[in-house]
Amino acid sequence: MRKKLIFVLLIILAVIVCYPIVFLLSGSVMSMGELKNALLPMMTEGSENFVAWRIIPMYPTLKYYVELLLDTPEFFTMFWNSVKLTFCILVIQLGVGIPAAWGFARYEFPCKKLLFTVYIVLMMMPFQVTMLSSYLVLDRFHLMDTHLAVILPAGFSTFPVFIMYRFFKGIPKAIMEAAQIDGANAVQNYIYIGLPLGSAGIISAMVLGFLEYWNLIEQPLTFLNTQTLWPLSLYLPEISLENAGIAFVSSVVTLVPAVLVFLSGQDYLEQGIVAAAVKE
Amino acid sequence: MRLKRKKIYPYTGLLFILPSLAGVSVFVLIPFADVVRRSFLEAVSEQWVGLKNYMAVFQNPAFQLAAVNTLRFIGVCMPLLILLSLLISVFLHKQLKYGYFLKMAYLIPMAIPVASVVLLWQILFHEQGMLNGLLAMIGISPIDWMQSEYAFGVLVFSYIWKNVGYDIVLWMAGLSSIPADIYEAAKVDGAGEWNIFWKITLPNLLPISAVITVLSLLNSFKVFREAYLVAGSYPHESMYLLQHLFNNWYRELSLDKLTAAAVVMALVITLFVIWLQKGSEAMDE
Repeated sequence: MRKKLIFVLLIILAVIVCYPIVFLLSGSVMSMGELKNALLPMMTEGSENFVAWRIIPMYPTLKYYVELLLDTPEFFTMFWNSVKLTFCILVIQLGVGIPAAWGFARYEFPCKKLLFTVYIVLMMMPFQVTMLSSYLVLDRFHLMDTHLAVILPAGFSTFPVFIMYRFFKGIPKAIMEAAQIDGANAVQNYIYIGLPLGSAGIISAMVLGFLEYWNLIEQPLTFLNTQTLWPLSLYLPEISLENAGIAFVSSVVTLVPAVLVFLSGQDYLEQGIVAAAVKE
Repeated sequence: MRLKRKKIYPYTGLLFILPSLAGVSVFVLIPFADVVRRSFLEAVSEQWVGLKNYMAVFQNPAFQLAAVNTLRFIGVCMPLLILLSLLISVFLHKQLKYGYFLKMAYLIPMAIPVASVVLLWQILFHEQGMLNGLLAMIGISPIDWMQSEYAFGVLVFSYIWKNVGYDIVLWMAGLSSIPADIYEAAKVDGAGEWNIFWKITLPNLLPISAVITVLSLLNSFKVFREAYLVAGSYPHESMYLLQHLFNNWYRELSLDKLTAAAVVMALVITLFVIWLQKGSEAMDE
């Protein structure tokens, strides 16, 4: 009996946690009249009523999806900005982060401990602490108000290095030593042992990274003034509730890539979360 | 074998790290050193002023408010999140049949972009919004969530909503690493469920709980995104965090205060990380 009760509680909690997705979906297919009606209490001064939400709209419509596709070129600009930013950041993170993680995990060298501590400290630093220093360097290189201003500092983030490091650490020493005896050099070791055996770690870092950078708020807000350079995450809150239909549809469209990455990479995501915590 | 390798290539590891280290140096370390230098100078004239900027920061009422709020936020939301996720994990761990799906459901908020959920937060927490509508049904008069002390509660709620799945995954990993035979042995000895939890489960979770605390803290800094998008640069003062203050100083170009505050924050975080490394080394032994 007690077990059943707990189970029901767990399910109720799961429903509450997932409600935002259902809410956004239902809002995105509501007809204009119904949506206006539902939000009316918020829009009228001194209203005594409250917003009531029907999960299943009375007259579902795809009108706003069509409108977004055909009539809002700015949405596409921002969508591609988001894609471009996320993609470039992840490529740099892969290019410099994987070898760095491998170097930390597999080799001894002078100052290693100090350097690794510096990497962890940087990983913990909130954006606001390094905001000014980033500005100083971006300004010096005349990169302010360009996409590179967001891409470069984020590309050298130390968080993926830390995640991949944990995975590389997990590769048994015996494998490396066997390769050594067979005469493999450092680069061969990295390419033929590190990359394949650490691939789970690399994918985990990418999934975590995607969810993070699809969500960029502070960096573009600080370093990009021109609206046409903004990613979706900054554009969405600009849509007022007067255009609620478009706001809902844009929110759903923004949500979709993140949820797809989440669903296809859930196991890697979990491994990535756990890797940061569990000692092998 | 290892010794030989060390002798021949002492810098191979460094070569692997070099590209990353170069980028980190150019974009963070060197400019941050410049920030440290500037923190001792007057912003415009660049004259040496010693600790004057630091005094100005600590005496600034906005800084005091934001620092207290940030500490209060961390002090309230982290224990709440950590305990709630532990509780759920303990039940979920035994729930083999649907556990996978439930865990996935709890993780979903991680995938929901902040910008998408802002719309719901606005409609949920508006004075005429859905939450007040629900409360009205049980006879509670409307609360202005975003413009009162309750704004702080909204912040705590969004943090827990976003991170509960993350912490559950961590706790579950800790739970599944406890060898099953310890439990068997305890059961044979006739230990009750409650006893097993206190005497076996909790002590075995101690190492991972330190890491969960760190990661929860790391994620607590990210709550600023929700706070900023829902309430803007100047939210109700109960949720005015250090991040708001840094942001506003940046926009006002209060460089002297911003440099000093950034150095203070960096110092606090560095000390915390070092203390933690010492702690986890002690735990390993």
